[in-house]
Amino acid sequence: MNGVQEWLKRLFLQDRRAVAKLISLVEDNIERHQIMRAVLPRTGNTLVTGITGPPGAGKSSLVEALTKLVREQGESVGIVAVDPTSPLTGGAILGDRIRMQSHATDRNVFIRSMGTRGHLGGMAKATADVIRIMEAGGYTTLLLETVGVGQSEIEIMHLADTVIVTLNPGTGDGIQAIKAGIMEIADIFVINKADLPGSERLKNDIEMMLGMTGQDKAWRPPVVLTSVYENRGVDQLQAEIKRHHAFLRSSGRWKIKWQEQLQREVWRHLNGQIQEQFNSLWPKLLSDAAIAEGTDPGQIAEQVWSVMMEEMKKKND
Amino acid sequence: MTDSATWKEAYQKQKERQAHFVTVSGVPIDPLYTPENGAVNYETDLGHPGQYPYTRGVRTNMYRGRLWTMRQFAGFATAQESNERYKFLLNQGQTGLSVAFDMPTIMGYDSDHPRAFGEVGRVGVAIDSLQDMETLFQDIALDKVSTSMTINAPAAIMWAMYIVTADKQGVPSQQLTGTIQNDILKEYIAQKSWIFPPQPSMRLITDIFGFARDHVPKWNTVSISGYHIREAGSTALQELAFTLADGFAYVEAGIKAGLEVDDFAPRLSFFFNSHMDIFEEIAKYRAARRIWARRMKEKYGAKKEESLLLRFHTQTAGCSLTAPQPENNIVRTAYEALAAVLGGTQSLHTNSMDEVLALPTEKSVQIALRTQQILAYETGVANTIDPLAGSYFIEALTTQMEEGAEAYFQRVEELGGVLPAIEENFFQQEIADAAYRYQREIENKDRIIIGINDFINKEKLSIDLLKIDTEIERSQIKRVQRLRQTRDNLQVQATLDDLRTTASSTDNLMPKIIAAVSAYATEGEIITVLKEVFGEYRENAVF
Amino acid sequence: MSQTRIRVLVGKPGLDGHDRGAKVIARALRDAGMEVIYSGLHQTPEQIVEAAIQEDVDLIGLSIMSGAHLTIFPRVKELLKQQQAEDILLIGGGIIPEEDAESLIRDGYAEALFTPGTPTTEIVDWINDRMKLNRSKYF
Repeated sequence: MNGVQEWLKRLFLQDRRAVAKLISLVEDNIERHQIMRAVLPRTGNTLVTGITGPPGAGKSSLVEALTKLVREQGESVGIVAVDPTSPLTGGAILGDRIRMQSHATDRNVFIRSMGTRGHLGGMAKATADVIRIMEAGGYTTLLLETVGVGQSEIEIMHLADTVIVTLNPGTGDGIQAIKAGIMEIADIFVINKADLPGSERLKNDIEMMLGMTGQDKAWRPPVVLTSVYENRGVDQLQAEIKRHHAFLRSSGRWKIKWQEQLQREVWRHLNGQIQEQFNSLWPKLLSDAAIAEGTDPGQIAEQVWSVMMEEMKKKND
Repeated sequence: MTDSATWKEAYQKQKERQAHFVTVSGVPIDPLYTPENGAVNYETDLGHPGQYPYTRGVRTNMYRGRLWTMRQFAGFATAQESNERYKFLLNQGQTGLSVAFDMPTIMGYDSDHPRAFGEVGRVGVAIDSLQDMETLFQDIALDKVSTSMTINAPAAIMWAMYIVTADKQGVPSQQLTGTIQNDILKEYIAQKSWIFPPQPSMRLITDIFGFARDHVPKWNTVSISGYHIREAGSTALQELAFTLADGFAYVEAGIKAGLEVDDFAPRLSFFFNSHMDIFEEIAKYRAARRIWARRMKEKYGAKKEESLLLRFHTQTAGCSLTAPQPENNIVRTAYEALAAVLGGTQSLHTNSMDEVLALPTEKSVQIALRTQQILAYETGVANTIDPLAGSYFIEALTTQMEEGAEAYFQRVEELGGVLPAIEENFFQQEIADAAYRYQREIENKDRIIIGINDFINKEKLSIDLLKIDTEIERSQIKRVQRLRQTRDNLQVQATLDDLRTTASSTDNLMPKIIAAVSAYATEGEIITVLKEVFGEYRENAVF
Repeated sequence: MSQTRIRVLVGKPGLDGHDRGAKVIARALRDAGMEVIYSGLHQTPEQIVEAAIQEDVDLIGLSIMSGAHLTIFPRVKELLKQQQAEDILLIGGGIIPEEDAESLIRDGYAEALFTPGTPTTEIVDWINDRMKLNRSKYF
C-alpha cells in the first residue's frame, strides 16, 4: 500500500497526523511489519517512564504535572494512556484525557488513549509499537500510564525503563500494591495526594517492605511525596526520574533491560503466531475425532505440536 | 371480617397485564396496600401539620392560609431587558423575582473571555460587574421584593453585588430577603458547574453563613438542590438521600466553622424535582420533611423550630419531557405539578412544553403558569391539608423512602462523609448507573414513554420556537471592556490584592469580596484571584 | 489478524454541565464494541479537534445543550478542514431545534443530528452503517 509509505514519510517530518494514523494501523494490526521495520531503526534511544498504581491514585494528574514541567524545559512529550477493554463487548471508554486538559491544544504534547482490546500475544506488543512510533515522530519524553490492577497491566509496565508506582495515603493502597504485585516492579514510589493524612505512615511502610525484599542493591527505589493539588514534589519526582535514567545508562542496566524487553517481545510474537495457528487447527483436530475422551491434555499437546510442525514445514516448502 | 388469605388466593388466580409493576425509579409496587403493609403511627411518624416530625407539612394551615408561590424561573439576555421584565412583573402584583444567569456568569468568566464565546446572555442574564447588577435592579426597591438567584460557584460574588446595589439604594442589608442557590455539593455530584475544589468551596459557603448571621439575617443562604441530581438521571430515592446528605454536610460544616446550628439552619431551604410517578414523588416530599426534622433535632441538637422545618421549592422534571409531540408535555407537567402540591411544596415552577427543544416561548411559558393556576383554583386539591395522609400506599412508600435514605446515609458515612464520597465518585457512579438503567428500560420497552417508544406520530413539529439574538454578546463585551477603562484601576488592584491575602488566611472572605465588587472589579477578575489561591476542580468522569 | 475497532470521540463543548446524554451514549457505544474517548466537560472546539486528531477517531459526536450549536458545529468543521482532517465524521445531539438541525446538515456542518429521546441503538446502527461503507479508514 502506498498510503503507508506516505504516512511514514510524514512521520519522519514529525507530522502528528501521521503519528496518529500509524498508531491506528499498528493497533489494528494492519501493515504492522512494514511500519515497524521503518520505524524501529530510528528509535530506541529514549527511555520510557511508566506510571502505574491503583484506580483513583491520581496517575493522570501526575502525568499532567510532569508534562507541564517537561514542557517548561522545552521538551516535547508523548503520552500513552492504557485503559481496560470490556471483555464482554470489546468496547472501552477511555477517559484519561480529561485529567490532562492543560495540554489539550499544545501540539508538542501528544496523548493517545488505548484500550487493551483482546490483543493476541498481549497488549504489551501494540503498546511497545505505539511508543516507538511516538519516538520516531519526534517526541523526546515518553510517558506510559496504566492502571495497576492485574497481570496484563504489569506486563505493559515491563515496557517502561523507569517504573513509577503511585499510591495514596490512608486507603490501604500499600497492601493492595503488594497483592497486585506492583511493588516488585517499582523503580520509584510516589505517594500522591500527600496533603491527606497518613502519608508519612505509608512512606514508612514502603521503606520497611523495601528493607525486607532487599531487591536490587545498586538501586534502592526512592519514595517521593507529591501533591498535585498543592503543586508539591513534582520537581523532585522529575529529578528522581532523571537520576534513574542516568543510573540505567551508567550501570549498563539499560542494556540488560533492553535484552529482557526484547526477549519478552520476541516471545510475544512467537506466542501470538503459535496461538493463531493452534486456533485454526483445533476445530479440525476435534472433528477428526483423533482425540479420545479422557486423554491427557499434555499428550494431546504433543500430538498437536507435531501436526503444527508438519504444517509449518509444508508452508515453508 | 377481611380475609387476606382468600383475597391473595383469588388474586393470584388472575392474570396481571404486565410482568412487573415498578415506580419510575424501579421500586416494585404491591398489588394492594392494607393495614398489614401500610400501617403508620400517627403520633410519632406523622403528627399534625406544623407539628413534629412535620410529615404532613411545615405550616399549620398550609394552602388553606396561602397558596404555594408560583415562581417561574426565567432568563433574559441583558440586565437592561431583565430589569424591564421585572418591573412589568412587579406591576402585575408579583413580589418575588427569580434571576437566571447565563453560563459564563455561572462558570465565573467575564463576557469577553474566549470561553464565553457564543454563550453570553443565552440561558440567562450576563452579569460581569456591579454595574450590571445595578442596571438589573434599577428602580426596583430591594426592601420590597424577595429575590432568588440561581447561582452556585460564584454565589458569594453575585450576593455581594446584590448587597452593594441595595446599599446604594439606601436599603440596609438587614432588610434584604431572598435566596442564593449556593449549593456546591450537588455541582460536584450532578450539575457540574464547579470552579474551585470542594474544600475551599465549602469554606466560601460557611463564610456566607457567618456573614448572613451577622449582616443579612433574613436571607436564605443555601437552596439544597435535588433537582439537578434527578435531572442527571438519579432515582427518586437517590435524589432524596443525596440531597439530604448534602444538607447535613452543610450543617456539619457550619458547626465545624464555629457557628451555632440554630444560627444558620433556619436559613437553609430545599429544591426538589417532580417526576412522573405521582405517588412516589409525594412520598419523597413527606419523607424528606420527616427525616430532616428528626436528624436536626436528634443528631444536631437544633432547638429552634425553624431549624427543623424542611421548606422546599419544586420544579417539574425537565428530563421527563419529550421532543416528539411536545404538546404532550403540558399534560406531563400538570401531573407533576399535582404531585408537588399534594406533597406540600412551598413554591413551584412548571416547565414549558418546548423546553426540550429550545428556550421557551412566551406562549408556552404562559401555558405552564396557567397549569399551576388551574391546579390551584379549579381542582380543589388545595382545599385540605395533606389529603393523602393515612393512605396505606402513601404511608408505606413514605416509610420505604425514609428507610432507603437512611441506608444511603450509612453508606456515605462508611466512605467518610459527603466530600470523600464525591472524591470516590460514589454519587456520580450511582447516578450514572441509574441513568443508564432507565435508558435501557425505555429501549427494551420495559418502560413506555408516549411518543418515544410507543404511540409514535410521524408528523413534523407544529410549534414555534424562540430565536436568540447574537447582537447581545457583542454589546455586553463592549460594556465590560469600557468599564475596565473607566473605573479606578488602582483601587481595583488594591482590593484584589487584599482579597488574595484573605483567601490564604481563614478570615471571612465576604467583606473583601464586597470591597472588590464595590470598586467594580469584575466577576472574572475576582474568580481569577481566588483560583490562584484555591486551585481549580477537575472532574474524574465515571460512566 | 486485524483488530479494528471503531473509535469515537464524545465531545462536550460549551460551559454547561449537562452530561447525562453524553455519558449514556458513551456507555451505549462502548457496549456496542466501540472505543470511546470522552473529552470531559467544558471543551473548546480547538481542544475537541486536537483530541480527535491525536486519537485518530473515525467520528466526533458532540453533545450540545446550551443552544450554541449554530456556532460550535461550523467552528469544529472549520478546524477539521484546517487540519485536513475532514475525513473524521461529525455528528451530534442535544437540544437542537429541527430547523437548525436541517440547516446544519444541509450546509455540511454535521452528518447527522439526534434529538433527545433517540434510542441509543439507532445511533449505534447509524455509526455501524456508515463505517461499513467507509472511506478507506487509514489512508
